[in-house]
Amino acid sequence: MSKTKENVVDKAVYAFNRKVFCDGMRDGFPIALGYFAVSFSLGIAARKAGLTPLQGFFASLFNNASAGEYAAFTLIAAHATYLEVAIITLIANARYLLMSCALAQRCAPGMPFYHRLIIGYDVTDELFGITIARPGYLNPFYTYGAILLAAPAWALGTAFGIMAGNALPLRIVSALSVALYGMFLAIIIPPAKKDKIVGVLVVISFALSFVCGYLPLISKLSDGTRTILLTVLIAGAAAILFPVKDTQEEEGQTSEK
Amino acid sequence: MRSNVIYIIVMALVSYTIRILPLTLIRKPIKNRFIQSFLYYVPYVTLAVMTFPAIVHATQSPISGLAALIAGMIAAWLGAGLFPVSVICCLLVFVIELFV
Repeated sequence: MSKTKENVVDKAVYAFNRKVFCDGMRDGFPIALGYFAVSFSLGIAARKAGLTPLQGFFASLFNNASAGEYAAFTLIAAHATYLEVAIITLIANARYLLMSCALAQRCAPGMPFYHRLIIGYDVTDELFGITIARPGYLNPFYTYGAILLAAPAWALGTAFGIMAGNALPLRIVSALSVALYGMFLAIIIPPAKKDKIVGVLVVISFALSFVCGYLPLISKLSDGTRTILLTVLIAGAAAILFPVKDTQEEEGQTSEK
Repeated sequence: MRSNVIYIIVMALVSYTIRILPLTLIRKPIKNRFIQSFLYYVPYVTLAVMTFPAIVHATQSPISGLAALIAGMIAAWLGAGLFPVSVICCLLVFVIELFV
């Protein structure tokens, strides 16, 4: 009896798999690079808020949020109340709630509960992007491989940013800062090529995001809030106009083969 | 004077709660077709919204950012993976900014 159980666990989608873990590290590497560059500049904001390198390290290790941390640091610099910091963190990070919902739908039945607690630790735009881009049920070890590189890079970058300030040549920071976006493109373009609706949505998203930067009231909102509004609006409209067929079930079945 | 440590704890608690709630509370597949479709489109729309025009403002010169955007899209269209696309974008920005 116990042997059959072991066999089942071996074959489970969520079981440890060395190749999947290494895939995660491979895909996590550019993310880590980009994170280091971005969090380095975040560190400069943290420094203005009066955080020590160690505090910056832990703030990033436990938050894993660019816009959210940036917004919070600005408030801390202005000696805001704890409640204000809590609210801005909530607003700037609200999109992770959506991503977490999407991830919950990809958890294989029977996956041990603690995986949900660990995956949840680092739901960011990038890690979510590469995790959800894989077909079928989640293998948490893919995400762990990526987190293993991305989370320390994010935290260290912040600490170095606080310590070094503007020491890194501007040209290098500039080049590294597009690493993240390059990765986003690599995530969204292939599905846009395959699925016309996704392709059109990408173009519409680009266009509306551009326009919203100039619209009177909307341009004053933070980037995070604008991202939430546009995401809900565009994805919502697409869901009404072009509902997808039961993707979850199809993908679940293919992954079990 | 408020404490930085408490600020950090507040931030961390809010961030973790947001991320963990749906993952732990939603234990069954959602059958609703609208929500299914919505969640299917969310990642692409979010990433697209965050990429443009941000990539153009991220670099020292908008020209290098725009070039990175175009080159990245072409490379991804031709099937390059996450890392190659990122590297192409970074290198292109670096090289262009040597001249701009």
